[in-house]
Amino acid sequence: MNIPRRKDLLSIAPLAREEIEQVLANAAHFKALFQRRVKKVPTLRGRHVLTLFYEPSTRTHSSFEIAASRLSADVTNFSVSTSSVVKGESILDTIETLESMQVDYIIVRHSASGVPSLIARHSKASVINAGDGWHAHPTQALLDAFTLREIWPDLTGRRIVIVGDLLHSRVARSTSTILHRLGAEVAVLGPGTLIPDTRWEWLQKFRTFDEVLRWKPDVVYLLRIQNERLGADPFFPSLGEYHRHFGVTDERFAHLAAEGVYIMHPGPVNRGVELVDAVMTYERCLINQQVENGIATRMACLHWLQPGDPAS
Amino acid sequence: MSISPPAPPPTILLDADGIEAAIGRLAAAIAQRHQASWPAFIGIERRGVPLATRVADRLAAVHPDRRPPQIGSLDISLYRDDLAALHTVPQLRGSAIDFDVDGAEVILFDDVLYTGRTIRAALDELADFGRPARVELAVLLDRGCRELPIHADYVGLAHPTSPRDYVRVRLRETDGADTATVGHKEITR
Repeated sequence: MNIPRRKDLLSIAPLAREEIEQVLANAAHFKALFQRRVKKVPTLRGRHVLTLFYEPSTRTHSSFEIAASRLSADVTNFSVSTSSVVKGESILDTIETLESMQVDYIIVRHSASGVPSLIARHSKASVINAGDGWHAHPTQALLDAFTLREIWPDLTGRRIVIVGDLLHSRVARSTSTILHRLGAEVAVLGPGTLIPDTRWEWLQKFRTFDEVLRWKPDVVYLLRIQNERLGADPFFPSLGEYHRHFGVTDERFAHLAAEGVYIMHPGPVNRGVELVDAVMTYERCLINQQVENGIATRMACLHWLQPGDPAS
Repeated sequence: MSISPPAPPPTILLDADGIEAAIGRLAAAIAQRHQASWPAFIGIERRGVPLATRVADRLAAVHPDRRPPQIGSLDISLYRDDLAALHTVPQLRGSAIDFDVDGAEVILFDDVLYTGRTIRAALDELADFGRPARVELAVLLDRGCRELPIHADYVGLAHPTSPRDYVRVRLRETDGADTATVGHKEITR
């Protein structure tokens, strides 16, 4: 298989299946390094990775930092709150600044969809989208796929239900896309206000958890409920109400555990909202594996991309 | 449109029998130097791995009384200095050394010794697994043209070439047949 390297990773949509397979296969080899005495390899020695997070993030940010440092790259955090961004510098001016710094990789998170691709079009650096608005979070999708493929090498016919706020979730968008492309059956469950009828026709849509349980999923993937969805114009009445209808309650957890259903969550978890405490110690709760696999997957992404002139 | 002249076929340096004989020479030389116990064998992916295995099999057949050599593999992809020059997604194979290399005697195996850069990378990676007491190098074919101060302790066949030549070793485990050939890059690309 000779697949040309990409400059940027902006979303899952343009990736061919073979390309996804190759990156996931490489990620397994990066994960094997974690068992070694020296966990670091010199692959990106002398290369520079810049992280540019316009939205707060602890785990994604540190996951990228660890991935870059285990590849021996130098890492600089372009700290947004202290930078001139807060002084009103435009994104394009920031890009000019970054270009002058001659970094090789830029990891971007932004609340507006499309900012990573804007930077990618103006920079020689390889750009990795670490989450943009409601659009995409491709490395989350890759690590989710990687985590499931450790359980089932072939996802064909496996049933995964994504529960929560599909409308505003870049995780749901990217993860459902990759799982579908790898042959899984993907369904969604959530409040009607957060699951648009008119989009994603290829996704099966459930309205109640009982319907989900009857469908016999292999995996329940819980999305984080963001408190801002409960603002002045709420999408659902309360967190308690959400938990009763769409959360993994004690009763539902007992049912899922009896069936051996796996549980995933991109983190950070709202205990008592998406799930009850007991889930966190459930042996088929994959949340910690997702975090560990995030590092290996992001190493595979940095190793895969090739900085260069932006395509016009 | 001009038609380029037919490329002269590459010269066969070793046929299947020649490869077997070269492996026999490696085994004999290793047996001569290591009279008490076998060092660990570590093959460099890809063809160094079947090479190490075949030499080990020879030694085990001749010395059934001795514990056969332990065999590991090194994929040096992550230790290369030319990732930026690769235009296709690199395929990793992974390294597998499931024994302790601290204090161990080790023989590295590779099919062709050329610039020495692969061996430099392999030594770097090996050092991340531990601190061997001693490291030797066995190669099926030494084609010369070193760019680093590296030499082989065991050589199946020495055949000096120029950088304009290409040398290709095929082994039945990885390529379906045993041969070693040399040709000219300009003509055959």
